[in-house]
Amino acid sequence: MMSISWRRVRTMVRKELRDLRRNRFILGTMAVAPVVFVAMPMVQIFTFNAASPSRGLSARIGLSLLYMLIIPSTIPSALAAYAIVGERDQGTLEALLITPIRREELLLGKALAVLLPTLVIAYAVFGVFFTAVAIFAAPAVASAVFETSHVLVPLLFTPLLAGWSIWAGIAISTRSSDVRVAQQLATFASLPPLVLAALMSFGVIKPSVGLALGLAAALLAIDVQGWRLAAAGLDRERLIAGGRR
Amino acid sequence: MTGTEPIGAHALVVEHLTKRFGPRVAFDDVSFTVGYGEVFGFLGPNGAGKTTTVRTLGTLIAPTSGTAIVAGLPLTPANGEAIRRKISIMPEVPGLYTRLTVAENLELVAGLYELADPAQRIAEALTAVSLADRADDTCGSLSKGLRQRVAIARALLNEPTVLFLDEPTAGLDPVAAREVHELIDDLRGRGVTIFLTTHRLEEAERLCDRVAILNTTLRMIGRPQELRAQLFSQTLAVRLRAPLAEPDRTLADLPAVDGWQATGDAGYQLTVSDPDVAAPGVAAPGVARALVAAGADVLSIAESRHSLEDVYLELVDEDVEGQR
Repeated sequence: MMSISWRRVRTMVRKELRDLRRNRFILGTMAVAPVVFVAMPMVQIFTFNAASPSRGLSARIGLSLLYMLIIPSTIPSALAAYAIVGERDQGTLEALLITPIRREELLLGKALAVLLPTLVIAYAVFGVFFTAVAIFAAPAVASAVFETSHVLVPLLFTPLLAGWSIWAGIAISTRSSDVRVAQQLATFASLPPLVLAALMSFGVIKPSVGLALGLAAALLAIDVQGWRLAAAGLDRERLIAGGRR
Repeated sequence: MTGTEPIGAHALVVEHLTKRFGPRVAFDDVSFTVGYGEVFGFLGPNGAGKTTTVRTLGTLIAPTSGTAIVAGLPLTPANGEAIRRKISIMPEVPGLYTRLTVAENLELVAGLYELADPAQRIAEALTAVSLADRADDTCGSLSKGLRQRVAIARALLNEPTVLFLDEPTAGLDPVAAREVHELIDDLRGRGVTIFLTTHRLEEAERLCDRVAILNTTLRMIGRPQELRAQLFSQTLAVRLRAPLAEPDRTLADLPAVDGWQATGDAGYQLTVSDPDVAAPGVAAPGVARALVAAGADVLSIAESRHSLEDVYLELVDEDVEGQR
């Protein structure tokens, strides 16, 4: 059984969040992106004619939620892709790797430091959306939005989708030698779960509670395995000696 | 042996250590020991394998063959974390987070070493490098010399048994370099074992108890004066008021003098190789007396002193010649 020092993990998280907080460009990007992603669903919902058939309403709500699920998928991917190759790029990796921190702890600290702001932003966006619907939407529309499955999906899938993007991004980061390449690859790697969600939203795959729970369980298993795989891919020698091997 | 007990009286024991990256040899068959409390200089030209040796002993890179004991622990993958707890490496690039303050950079490392009283250790480390008043400055706002000092403070946090300093004065101006030298002197006074890689030969000569010269293989190891004695014969430079009438006869008869050559109208370089009077300081009075007795007016007799730089250049030039 692998033993984890939570103190070292907390130390990494604290350092990452401090560093993130002082990078105005990243903070600005993280603040602006959710505004863009919440505006479209609002328009979708508030321009809906309540007299329309309920099937159309449900599809539009599904599309809106899908749109907002892009936030936990895309926001963490660039940050996660920077995790290791970024340290290498700014010359801080060697000083970090010569401490006693284990690679599992290092990566978990990095992952949690990306997950926390992602969850705050994503849940804040959902909160704003559901609050606006509750206050301003037509009663029939609001009632449809607040169906259990519509509320459950973002709650459940937000951390799991973020987890996918984070571990894919970090795994790419441990193997990459260029920040730009890592971030591009990580963006692509964050898409597969969204494609699945899109197929469900457009009715290609028939959504059901059972399917959603099954997918959530599968994503959770992939996220846990992603941590192990990314840690196995972090090779101190290759990262330090670069392309000399 | 469980593999974690301290072994022997040496802080570092390196035996036949070799590292290859594919066909390229970084360093080959390197063996040496470093005693506790010793300041050991590791010299060599660019690409000689100095930094790779440090990284190997610091568990960042696995050796291809050979063995080592670092801070009393065998260098094995299983001991990696335990070794890293007992040593510190200050890389050539300080590797500080420029958006974080000095104290925050040190807090990170203190947390990763799980130090019992991090605030106290940080305060002590900053005091040791005279940066206690800059704790709240962001590292990005510091000069290069101050960043080096922060990096040294960071390396001191865990009170390492062995401190590896990789080119600690590279790129520093003379004043900043002198400050780093004073810090190293101070650490020596506190009994810290220091493994210092450097290009600055005067730095090695001034700071190190012993030096090793590496050029992929270990070329020489010893105290700077021993290396000079091994490579260069001892010589005396003699200046007279007028040239000797019969230099062959006069100089050949001088005590402890093995050979001579003229270096000007009235100048001579005498080779002193008799082991009984090995040091020029010992041979010089006898030479002076003999020259005066031979009727010469002696203006000066001086040792021709070879620096560590001469030793270094001699060895590196030999390697260059050998490659041709």
